[in-house]
Parts: sequence; C-alpha cells; structure tokens
Amino acid sequence: LAHGAGGSASHTLVEAVFVEAFRNPILEPLGDGAVLTVSGSRLAFSTDSFVVFPLFFPGGDIGDLAVNGTVNDLAVCGARPLYLSAGFILEEGFPIADLRRIAASMAAAAERAGVRVVTGDTKVVERGKADGCYVTTAGVGVLERETELRPSAIRPGDAVIVSGPIGEHGVTIMIARGELDIQADLASDTAPLNEVVAALLDAVPGVRVLRDATRGGVATVLNELARSARLGIVLEERAVPVRPVVNGACELLGIDPLYVACEGRFVAVVDGEQAGRALDALRAHPLGADAAVVGRVRAEPPGLVLLDTAFGGTRIVDMLVGDPLPRIC
Amino acid sequence: MTAERHGRIRVRVEGLVQGVGFRPFVSTLAGTHDLAGFVGNDPEGVFIEAQGEPSALRAFVADLERRAPPLALVEHVAVTDTEVVTEVVAGTGFRIVASRGEGVRQVFVPPDTPPCESCAAETIDPAARRHGYAFTNCTACGPRFTIITDLPYDRRNTTMAGFGMCPRCSREYLDPADRRFHAQPVCCPACGPSLRLLGADGRPAPGDPVGTAALWLAQGGILAVKGVGGFHLAAVAGDERAVSTLRARKHREGKPFAVLAADLAAARELVLLTPGAEDVLAGPRRPVVLLPRRPGGPVAASVAPGNRELGVLLPPTPLHLLLAVRLGVPAVLTSGNRSDEPIAHRDEDALERLSGLADGFLTHDRPIHVRADDSVVRVFRGRELPVRRSRGYVPVPLLLRRPPARHVLACGGELKNTFCLVKGRHAILSQHIGDLEGYETLRSYTEGIGHLSRLFGVRPRLVAHDPHPEYLSTKYAFGLDDVDLVGVQHHHAHIASCLADNGEEGPVIGVALDGLGLGDDGTLWGGELLVAGLRGFERAGHLEALPMPGGAAAVRQPWRMGVAYLDAIYGDAPPDLPFVRRHRERWAAVAALARTGTNAPLTSSAGRLFDAVAAIAGLRDRVSFEGQAAIELEQLADPDERGGYPAALTSGRELVLSGADLVRGAVEDLLAGAAGPLVSARFHNGLARVLVRAVLAVRERTGLRDAALSGGVFQNVVLLERVVSGLEAAGLRVLVHSRVPPNDGGLSLGQAAVAAALDADG
Ligand SMILES: [Fe+3]
Ligand SMILES: [Mg+2]
Ligand SMILES: [Zn+2]
Ligand SMILES: [Zn+2]
Repeated sequence: LAHGAGGSASHTLVEAVFVEAFRNPILEPLGDGAVLTVSGSRLAFSTDSFVVFPLFFPGGDIGDLAVNGTVNDLAVCGARPLYLSAGFILEEGFPIADLRRIAASMAAAAERAGVRVVTGDTKVVERGKADGCYVTTAGVGVLERETELRPSAIRPGDAVIVSGPIGEHGVTIMIARGELDIQADLASDTAPLNEVVAALLDAVPGVRVLRDATRGGVATVLNELARSARLGIVLEERAVPVRPVVNGACELLGIDPLYVACEGRFVAVVDGEQAGRALDALRAHPLGADAAVVGRVRAEPPGLVLLDTAFGGTRIVDMLVGDPLPRIC
Repeated sequence: MTAERHGRIRVRVEGLVQGVGFRPFVSTLAGTHDLAGFVGNDPEGVFIEAQGEPSALRAFVADLERRAPPLALVEHVAVTDTEVVTEVVAGTGFRIVASRGEGVRQVFVPPDTPPCESCAAETIDPAARRHGYAFTNCTACGPRFTIITDLPYDRRNTTMAGFGMCPRCSREYLDPADRRFHAQPVCCPACGPSLRLLGADGRPAPGDPVGTAALWLAQGGILAVKGVGGFHLAAVAGDERAVSTLRARKHREGKPFAVLAADLAAARELVLLTPGAEDVLAGPRRPVVLLPRRPGGPVAASVAPGNRELGVLLPPTPLHLLLAVRLGVPAVLTSGNRSDEPIAHRDEDALERLSGLADGFLTHDRPIHVRADDSVVRVFRGRELPVRRSRGYVPVPLLLRRPPARHVLACGGELKNTFCLVKGRHAILSQHIGDLEGYETLRSYTEGIGHLSRLFGVRPRLVAHDPHPEYLSTKYAFGLDDVDLVGVQHHHAHIASCLADNGEEGPVIGVALDGLGLGDDGTLWGGELLVAGLRGFERAGHLEALPMPGGAAAVRQPWRMGVAYLDAIYGDAPPDLPFVRRHRERWAAVAALARTGTNAPLTSSAGRLFDAVAAIAGLRDRVSFEGQAAIELEQLADPDERGGYPAALTSGRELVLSGADLVRGAVEDLLAGAAGPLVSARFHNGLARVLVRAVLAVRERTGLRDAALSGGVFQNVVLLERVVSGLEAAGLRVLVHSRVPPNDGGLSLGQAAVAAALDADG
C-alpha cells in the first residue's frame, strides 16, 4: 500500500512504470499538468483521479474535490482553466441520491471556477469492486502569460510562500472517517485556486514556480522542488501557517502538518525581492488572506529541505518513502 | 662482533604501531640485543632490518610482540631472512629512518589518549620545563585520531604541522632514550600551541588563561573549553545556579551532565568506586563512567536529576587537568552544542554557535580535525558496558572472525548513529555521530565516512544498511553508486553486534530489547528472541505487539503507551489510578487511535513497555531524550526486592511474552498503594523471569546453549543482572557487550559482521 501514499515511493512507481512506458519530453518534467502548443496556442492539460474516503466530509465532497483538483493543477501551470471532462466508476448499488449530490457539487464548483464540464463517462462495476464512487477529471486551460513556471527557474535567495494555513483537508478527512474520538471545528480547504493564482501572476513577474500542495503536503512539494532545482530550501518553523485547531489535531494524531494534504493551498517560489509584492497580491484575495513567506532558497545543501526549529537546531524535512513509520526509538 | 656469524632479517610489523612509540621501542630493543640496522614507518606499518647474532635476532622478534608499548596493538609480525651486510660492524648501531610514503594503507591510527603519569606529573611540577603547559604529551599519550589529517602518521599529516619544533623539543624528539622520541605532537611552551581565554564578546582576557578561567567558573560562569574532539561547556558542579543556567541555555531539560574530577581521590567524593570502576575511570581511554552517587557529594541537584548515578570522568587532556586542579572542585562538563547539533569543534564555528551559551572561551590554536564526543560507559560485573563509544576508543579496530572478500561499509541506524568500515578482518567503528535528522549531524556522517575511508584506504563495495526506508542512513546507502547493498534486520544486527563484540559467530539464542526497529513483517519490533548467527536469523519469540497511538508521538509521550496498555487490558473500564485521572481528557481520543490503528503502528517493543510502566507508575508522561522514562524506572527499582510480576508465555509458531500481564501486576500493586521502587523492582524481576523462561523454551527446541543479549534496553544493568543471573543459573553461557554499546551505537558493527560473514562465504 506504500505506493500511492504520496512521497517518494509513488514517485518511484510513476518513474519506473509510466515514464518508462510513455517516455516523451512533455511528460518528463512530471509537473501537475502538461504544457502543449497546439496551432500556435499554449495549452495546459491535466488529469487526476479521486478515491477519497469518506465521499462526503465537512467542507466538501468527492465532487468538488475532483473539479478543484484539476482546476488547481491547471492553475499552477499558469493557465486559465476552461474545460473539464468527468469520468465515474460506480459500485453497483451506489445510491442515486448520493450521485446527484456529487454531481450538484461538481456543477457548483465548476461554476465557481469558471469552467465547464463538457464530456464524461460512467461505468458501473460489481459490488465490492470499488469503494462506492471514484471520479476522474481531466481539463484543459490556456496560457495567456509569457512567464514560464518551472523548477529550473528557482534561484538562491528566492522566497518560498504558502498561500494559506496548511493541513486542513487531510486532518478533516482523517477525522471525518468517524472512528476517532476527536471533535474539531474543521473543514476541508478544498477550493479553486485559479483566481488567486492569476492575481499573483498579474502582480509579480518574478514567480518561478507554483505547486498545489496535495498528496504528501507542503514537505513533499518542497522536496520535489529542491531536488529538481538542485538547491536547498530552509524553512522557518515558526513562519509556517497552521491553524491552532489543525495543530492540536495533528499533535493528537502524531502527524506533522507539513506532510498533510491540502486541496486549496499552493506553494509559490518567487524572486526574494518581490516577496512583499507577492504577499500583498495574495492577501488581497480571500483564499490567500493568510499567505506567508515560510522560507528561503539557498545554494546549500542541494536537494534538501531543512527546518530551522524553535530551538535553533536544523532538522531535515525529508521526502517520505511510504506510510510514515516512526524511526526514532 | 664479526659479520660472518651474523644473520640479517627483514621484519614487517602490522597493526596499531604508529604514533605509539613503536620505532623508539624497536630501536631500544635492538640496542639491548646488540643488533644493527634500522626501523621506519610506511603506510603498511613498521619495517625493520636487523643484523646480529642469530639467537639475539630470535629474542628480538619474540620481544617485538611481548614487550610492545602500551598503546600498540601488534597484529602481525612477518620475518624474512635477507643477506648480511658485511660493512656492518660493532657500534654501527640502529637507526630510525625516514617514513616511506608509498604502498597500501593498512596502518591504524591510535586513539586520543589522556596524559600518562609522567606527562601529568611534568605538567603539575613547578620545576619542570612544561609546568602549567596544556599540551604536554609523549609517545604514550596525547592527541591522535582527532588531529590526524592523513597517513602516514607524521607530524606533517597532523594539525601540529604548523608548529615548528624548538631546539629542545627537537632534541627530545631525536633522542632514543627520551620518552618523546618520535612523538609526533611533541611541543613545549616555547614552540607549541598556546591557550587563550576569550570573553563572551570574543575579546582576549589578560593574565593566565587557566587561572582566570578557573576564577570565572568559581564565580558562577559558564565556559566553553576546547577539548580533544570538540568544545565542552563547563560550570562548577556544586553551583546550582550555574548548572541550571547551563541547562536552560542548552535547552537540555533532564539529561544528566557528566562531572570532571581532578583525580581518583576527588572522584571518590562523588561516587562509589569499585576496583574495576577505578581501572576504567583512570585508564587510557578516559570515558565518562556512570557510577552510584555518593550521598551528599558536592554536586548540585540539577546535574543529574532523578538519578542515583552520576557520570564522572578524569581529565582527558593536560588542559582539563590544569583546570580541574586550579578549580579545586568538580565541574560539569558537557558537549558544546545547541540541543540537537553535533559538538562544535572548529574555533570560528564554536564562537558563533556557542555564543549565548558560554560566558567565555578557553581555547587554543591547535586545530581539531575530527570531531569526537566523550565516551560513556557503565560497569557491569567489573567490565565495561559501553553506552557511547567515541573518544579514546576510536578508531581502534575490532577483529572479525573471517574477512569479507570486499571492503564493507555498514551505515548504522538513525539515532546514536555510528558507521563501520571493514577491510580484511578489521572492523573500524566510527566515533559517535549522533541523530542523523539534524543537518549538521548528517553532514558529519557523510564527511566522516569520507575521512575514515581515505585514512584506512577503504573503498566500500558491499554496503550494509538497516531496512527501515526512512532512516537517513538507509537513504545514504541507496544513493551510492557501484556497490552491492545488503539490508540487515535491525535486531539481527543487534545480536550480530554482540557476537562480533565477543569475537563469535553464533548461532545463539539472541535477546534483543530496544525502542524500535523495523521487523521483517512490516511491524515495529523491539522485544525479540532470535535464533541468530551472523549469516541469518529466525524470529523465535517476542513481546505481544500493541499499537503505538500516534506513532512517533508515542515515543516522545510515554503516557500514550500507558493508555495503549491499559486500554488493551481494561477496555472501557480503566483502573482508578492517578495516571488515568490525569489523562482523562484525552484518554478516549488516544484509545481510539489505538483501537482503529489510525497512525498507531503495532510494536513488540520492550522500550515502549518500560515507557508504559513508567508512565502508569507516575514517573513521567513525556521524555526530553531517548530512553528517559526507562532510565528513570531503572533508577527507581528497589535493589533488595525479590518479587516479580507473573507474565504468560504462550507458545505457538513463535513464543509470545505478555507485557500486558506485567502492566496488570503493576496496576494491582499501585491500586493497593505500593510505592514506586517496589513496583519498578517487581516489573524488572517479572520481565527478567519471563525472558529467561522464553530463552529456556528456545533452548529446549533448538539445543542451543549460548545466549546473547543486546539492544538499548540492556544498558539497564538492573535488568541485565537479573537476566544474566537467571540464564547462567540455568546453565547457559551468556554473551553481553563490553566493547561496543548494546544500543544503536553498536548497530553498524552488527551490520558489518553480517555483511562480512555473507561475503566471506562468496
Ligand atoms: Fe535498536
Ligand atoms: Mg494533482
Ligand atoms: Zn605522556
Ligand atoms: Zn619546544
């Protein structure tokens, strides 16, 4: 089960199987989506599958998650999302009422993001062969700016920004499974990021790269960026925005918010000199109100993410290989 | 003396024979046997040509090994006959010739050694040339491993290279009758390194550095003192305010500090010494020795809170000797670092990193090339039981039974990391590196592997590692090119380490008790009975596995293990104990993690069982360092209590030992109002008894009559004593650690021994 938990085990699976099979220059950067040039237009194209459990949770459901997920993958490519497809795999006997509810929230999310679901597909599989309902979305968007967003543009001295408090989606899901005796006033952060990303890109020419911090959380995203840029990233523990209620739940669960999935937050690396402007632009939008500079890019140590802790130590924030097992003894 | 009746031999001596006064010894020895010839160093060891009476030559060769200097470790002497040189006549004598630089590197580097009796006396003697000199040394003592930059071991390849010898030192260095004959770091106040005392602002203080430093300490100051392998922080041990200030500044909550005593007499006022302990304390390796405290000793409460023991060391260098004598009272001596960082060892670095921690710096201009922390040992049945093997021990090799075909690197664990290189039969265990998730520590790990490999001419082709995918040492192994990897299960490595420590290969009945290590079934092990040899193992039994609610959080918060055990035993009706009342608010939430398995991996860890009992008994809910709760539980045990809690031993494919039964016993005693020392003792006794029963059951099945005990829990001498006695009483031979730590600091040796054994078979 390690494959698919995010982090570097899924990395290896993807690299070993799919990159090997489909090898081509557009696929290889392994970004959130592909950037294509079609008849002179630059398009972004992305796909994602959603297998969340439970299907309905505070703040959202699998439907808006599936729309926002693909919208966000397009947005962090720098594109304006336009059209989505939606594929459903339903377990025999899945309640129609639930399906209606999912479809309605997909429509609402599409409306909010300014995209249209223009094609789709549905398959029903035998009872027991799927966990109720799986959704796959794909989307296309158009790139209207010159800025090329890529990890290789990152430079020492750049600022690392997160667009808002982290960890809310993942913690909400864990609690929503209902097995835990935890009461927390928490909702998923699922949201379309295209507007707030556009606001940032319009205000700041020096945006190097954007990533939505989904599976594996901010820590995994930053590790991927540090590795592909061959640069170091140093985080300031105290600067990382985490709501007290998330912190409390993470403390109880024994998990590190840096590794918890978000569905409406992104990481931006921007020219250090323009960090202030970037924060202003982000904070002007409700989805970026709590944006913060959480760290800096340095030449050393290449490929590693470090955390300056409150005690003045420097801890390595590593890419997790699989489901995290304690390594301290 | 006529050449016709002479013989002439070529002798090669290999082992730890450089930097230990071996050439002067050979030269003197040759003189007593009336031989002519020469001796020199090369990268393979020492080469000798000697000519004289055949009987004298034979006696000479025999004495090479028998009378070797104290720090030498002669491993191999090869003698070949060669042609007699006719020009040699009586009185031509025996010369020490220049080192030869070429050849294969096989020579060993000596460890750093405290002042020998002569050097100590000379440093203290007001009439001596080196009176008050902090860098006095000779062939029998002084800095070695930490100042050597390259081989062969010559002054130019040490951090003494920048100091030219004055005429008087040169004469001593060149005089075969002098104890400094060819002592590479030889120096004196006229030509060698000098001390400086700097204020907190980095500006030099006027006057005698040692005298003023002692004064500052006596006034309650905290000083950074440059030692052998890094900077220490020092404060007067009896000064509660100074010691608690040091704790606060270091962010070190509860971990005990070691105390420097000027000599054995001063140590005796602090701790209860046995003859075995005295030998270790005053011996040439100079570790911190953990010993029972003498009540009322001149030590502030916050030096070692909650401990019946105190770590004491005698001066590891002449500087510490001078400071201790001048100060006249014991001083706390702790590694100079901020909480999780490795010990500071370079001057600029120390000034930067220790500013804010130290009120002043007692430093000098002899660079430290390699970091080495103080070693720490306990004494078990008169022998050393290492807790941390570092300065004074490293890099003396351990001999494996069989050499691997290829050079081996064993990457060690995650916490208390050491690594180990194997070349031929020699296993060279690194100094204590530390906890790898600190970036500075990881750097000192990768640099350390580079430095030791270069020094010993090792090019690893076979790399052993722990199978835990998240250990940074595992990731380091996976990042290496052109090597074969071999994963060695954590507890197999512990037992293999104990075997290698004892120079054996097994098979044995291994008992590995520790905090956690990844098991072959994907759960976390830590209370294991293995039938193990170097080349493989089989899991024969284990503590019953329980969930760890919150994963790593359950390690930092032992109370969570208390919840896990009580929830497993009592379910929704936990006993009415202060422990349960104290955690009522979060009880259900943590129990739910355990019941649903949400971030609650299963573990058979003995360390977690200790944590649970310590928490339930009210000792501690959270730890600030590894093993803290277990250590405090051990300290609490009433040594005279003979009772023990019963625990079920269930046989099946694997034996299962019920830790929950031991917890139930403790709960019942606590409910009846029993005191902590009684509960702790009965827990220790109960655990020891069920372990012994389990080992006997494995003996029954396998016919094996040897047991090996390893894993960090066996630093607990209360448990160790009871398990060893129980097994010996049943007729088993019991192997315990005496040269490497039973904790994860010894893991790399076990990995190395397994890899070497597998590679030796081809
Ligand atoms: Fe261990
Ligand atoms: Mg995605
Ligand atoms: Zn000496
Ligand atoms: Zn001199």
